[in-house]
Amino acid sequence: MIRALRNLLEGFFLEIGRFFTLLARTFAWTFRRPFDLAEWLRQMVKVGVDSTPVILLTAAFTGGVLALQTFSTLKRVHAEGYVGTLVALSMVRELGCVLAALVLAGRSGSAMGAELGTMRVTEQIDALEVLATDPVHFLVVPRVWATTIMLPLLVALGDAIGIVGGYVVSVVLLGANPVSYIDNTFRFMDLEDLTSGLVKAAVFGLLIALIGCQQGLYTRGGAEGVGRATTRAVVLAMMAVLIADFFLTKLLF
Amino acid sequence: MPTPAPLPRARDDEDSGLPLRPRAAGLAVPKISLRGVSKSFGGRIVLDAVDLDVLAGESLVVVGGSGTGKSVMLKHMIGLIRPDAGTVTVDGVDLATLGNREITDFRRRFGMAFQEGALFDSMTVEGNVAFPLRRAGWDRDRIRDRVAECLDLVHLEGAERKLPAELSGGMRRRVGLARAIALEPQILLLDEPTTGLDPVISAVVEDVVSELHGRLRLTMVAITHDMESAFRIANRIGMLHKGRVIALLPPEEFRRSPDARVQQFLRREAKGPLTED
Repeated sequence: MIRALRNLLEGFFLEIGRFFTLLARTFAWTFRRPFDLAEWLRQMVKVGVDSTPVILLTAAFTGGVLALQTFSTLKRVHAEGYVGTLVALSMVRELGCVLAALVLAGRSGSAMGAELGTMRVTEQIDALEVLATDPVHFLVVPRVWATTIMLPLLVALGDAIGIVGGYVVSVVLLGANPVSYIDNTFRFMDLEDLTSGLVKAAVFGLLIALIGCQQGLYTRGGAEGVGRATTRAVVLAMMAVLIADFFLTKLLF
Repeated sequence: MPTPAPLPRARDDEDSGLPLRPRAAGLAVPKISLRGVSKSFGGRIVLDAVDLDVLAGESLVVVGGSGTGKSVMLKHMIGLIRPDAGTVTVDGVDLATLGNREITDFRRRFGMAFQEGALFDSMTVEGNVAFPLRRAGWDRDRIRDRVAECLDLVHLEGAERKLPAELSGGMRRRVGLARAIALEPQILLLDEPTTGLDPVISAVVEDVVSELHGRLRLTMVAITHDMESAFRIANRIGMLHKGRVIALLPPEEFRRSPDARVQQFLRREAKGPLTED
């Protein structure tokens, strides 16, 4: 029992140590030549452009469900005119960034864990080192910054589509007044609501990519190890996103 | 696969200009030096206080059974693994004193060919061979010429556009070799260069390696358990057993070694001191 607890704690602190070491190395290598812009762009397309359909679909249905749920509740107190406000604020402050981050953790975080894990077990990462190329410089830096830059952009798009989803459900399906819906959507929204959601998205992007890369880089044990790294990349990134969300929300609002 | 053009067979020591006993000819300058290098993984001792000098310009082949620590030793030489105890010195520089960035730059003097090639899956053959050149800041035309030259050396001209997944094991191995020599390293490390290849392709790889060693005058360390290959490319042969160097001799002396463990290995006998230990 004590040994199991000790192993658990050791494992926890090892992961934390590796995470912060990788974070520091990523910052240090970001400003060192050569800058591989082609690889940065390739990763931005993989993480950002290729994830757009799934993020938009998630956002549209989330906005729609929010409208469905809140319309019936607010109608009981004759406040259905504020559905637009509720949907918009929920999307831009919280749901837009968290849901996009969870989707991206499943899609890109896992891909990073699997790709780097496979490279580790097939000695491709050793080969990089032998070819005088630091794996953090070549593999981690482009992935981390591509995700940190692209997730806020995806979230901005998702927020807009989520608000449209809420509008469609409220106005088209539930018969809300379109003019007052649009008016209430933006009346109570500050720029700060939007920017805080985007700041959170950037932090989530950093966490997802770093955790995915970390799990991949430290993969051990062939195909089974790659599977383990992929699962851990997703689970740990999702947990990190939810925990970071709490503290960032407390800090930003 | 294209028919390999005839190449000079593995040179004998006279052809290579390297004497059987480099020390005796005054070439005893250690390029790589291992002193008391020990390494354990999970409580299992893999290297046990290994002392070994690799002399400048020689071709050293380290043989030994599977799991005797050959790959681990090779990775120590290039700083991919750090020893638990002891020192690894290359050109007089203790690798333990180098930081992350310094060791990355220091490795430019090495080329290493991995057992399965370790080619980058996402790049073509050309992309793989060009990789170290691009990182070193070469211009496009120079890279193209050098890639063609390296692929020609390993008899893979015309394979530039292929992806690693489309190559046979032997071709992958040769692309890995082309990538390892692209920047004309001073030291070439080879991890099982011929293991698992058919005899003809093995001979091609051995010829390429021997020709490179003779032409570029580089220091070469290969690990293998293929004795035929070892005798064809080595100036000296070392044998590793249970994490220790138990023999280190020129090929002919190695063949005649009175050590029962060496003889069991050479004769491929199931019974003997290697399996009884």
